Amino acid sequence: MSFLLDKMKKIEPLFEKGGRFEKLHSVYDGFATFLFVPDKVTTRGSHIRDHMDMKRTMTVVIIALMPALLFGSYNIGLQHTRAFGINDWTLMNMFWFGFLKILPLIIVSYVVGLGIEFIAAQIRGHEINEGYLVTGMLIPLIMPVDVPLWMLAVSVAFAVIIGKEIFGGTGMNILNPALTARAFLFFSYPGWMTGDAVWIEGLTKGGGLDGFSGATPLALAKLDGFSQMPSAMEMFIGTIPGSVGETSTVAILIGAFILLLTGVGSWRIMLSMTLGALGMGLLLNATGGNEYTQIPAYYHLIMGGFAFGAVFMATDPVTAAQTGTGKYIYGALTGILVVIIRVFNPAYPEGTMLAILLMNVMAPLIDHYVVQANIRRRIKRVKTA
Amino acid sequence: MENLVNIFVKSIFIDNMIFAYFLGMCSYLAVSKTVKTSMGLGIAVTFVLLITVPVNFLLEQYVLKKGALVWLDESFATLDLSFLSFIMFIAVIASIVQLVEMVIEKSSPALYNSLGIFLPLIAVNCAILGASLFMQEREYENIAEATVFGLGSGIGWLLAIVALAAIREKMRYSNVPAPLRGLGITFILTGLMGIAFMSFLGITL
Repeated sequence: MSFLLDKMKKIEPLFEKGGRFEKLHSVYDGFATFLFVPDKVTTRGSHIRDHMDMKRTMTVVIIALMPALLFGSYNIGLQHTRAFGINDWTLMNMFWFGFLKILPLIIVSYVVGLGIEFIAAQIRGHEINEGYLVTGMLIPLIMPVDVPLWMLAVSVAFAVIIGKEIFGGTGMNILNPALTARAFLFFSYPGWMTGDAVWIEGLTKGGGLDGFSGATPLALAKLDGFSQMPSAMEMFIGTIPGSVGETSTVAILIGAFILLLTGVGSWRIMLSMTLGALGMGLLLNATGGNEYTQIPAYYHLIMGGFAFGAVFMATDPVTAAQTGTGKYIYGALTGILVVIIRVFNPAYPEGTMLAILLMNVMAPLIDHYVVQANIRRRIKRVKTA
Repeated sequence: MENLVNIFVKSIFIDNMIFAYFLGMCSYLAVSKTVKTSMGLGIAVTFVLLITVPVNFLLEQYVLKKGALVWLDESFATLDLSFLSFIMFIAVIASIVQLVEMVIEKSSPALYNSLGIFLPLIAVNCAILGASLFMQEREYENIAEATVFGLGSGIGWLLAIVALAAIREKMRYSNVPAPLRGLGITFILTGLMGIAFMSFLGITL
């Protein structure tokens, strides 16, 4: 490593002001601070800092995403064998098949997204923000595996430019960029995102077993009633059709454990969102109404993108509520909304994405009132004392 | 009762004046700089809607609709005055807005000053005339439904404007590209918020 550090130090003057590659300074800076913890210190005042800067935080999230990614790769292979009636594949075959399918998605997502980030950083003269490291990994994980690469590229460009860069880059965006990308695809190419065939590799090109439907459990529940859904255990482990990284609750829980252990993810949001969905599910079980209200409440937690949304999306520190109390409110409302949209909205079988987006919009308002309430309480305390 | 709750929820979230119909945009964009003033304007709009929709409903029912004037004389059974509805609705709205303006000026001069020209301009706020016209078009059956619809539309509008104001307060520290500062970014923001609000599109209660 020290060899690399020397090398970096050696070429640094080239990128300083007046150097030959002055214009590319932010590119150099981006790489240097990604590889090594910056050695710059503030000159005035005291600042307590540790090594968990933004790049390190993002790396932790990437690590936490790994179980979902690995399981997702395996699951793509598994679903493919089921759809096409292949019997002789080993576990390694399935994994490798899925991995080769998901790799182009990841590459396109990173190349397009980081490309825009780099260009924006040069034009606007700020540092390269590493927020996209996580977003670029999240986007392939919430897409159907058979999504055409150009659609992915368009949605990534939309999410990064309209969703983030014009607001001033990382840390300033209002909506979660990964979810913005998916919502953009969802509303622009609804045939792709709501169809049954896209969730399993190869089905869109024809072939597959007769009568085999690639529908996700939530879509099945909408079409044929929830008796057709896979068992709870299957959904918990994740051997069901669905977006790449969303199916396995187990793999996501491992990720959640890493996030909570390192303190990167907010336990307040995860807890309150789970409780909110569970509570709303139980309430609907009790009151009845249409047939979807009868889906057992705990199913909502393991179906679709709920777990993935609760662990990786809703906890996004930028777009979630910032205050402690606000996080409880934000999480609970998100959980409630997920269940409401799933149960009452026939247009969308899945509610997690839209519920989180909606609460992202509302989060600043929640924060505002939490802060105001705090101010009022303190003023009162001063007056009575 | 269930019907009323249905109309109420629907008019707040599903048929939101801003995100579903993009009505009342001018004051929505212009007065959403701080949560406090936008809350004030939101309450004023809600109040005006709460009064004007039922009043216009009565007008529609007993004066404007075809055959509405039979309570005066049987010979009016074929008379259809609905071509007058625009001007009548606007007259009602303008007078109610005048009333609200006087109340606010008296009770909260600070809010009155911060709202400025947009307070009298509520009279020509499309969301308000829009609500009355929707009321006419959707043929609500009784005054309770019309009142609930007016209140719900107002609350939906209020929710939209305070949400936008909170985001804009937060965005004060954002480094938005110079050409987009101000209204430009607000338009984009409204579009993004519209995407988020599409989660309610198509919900049937």
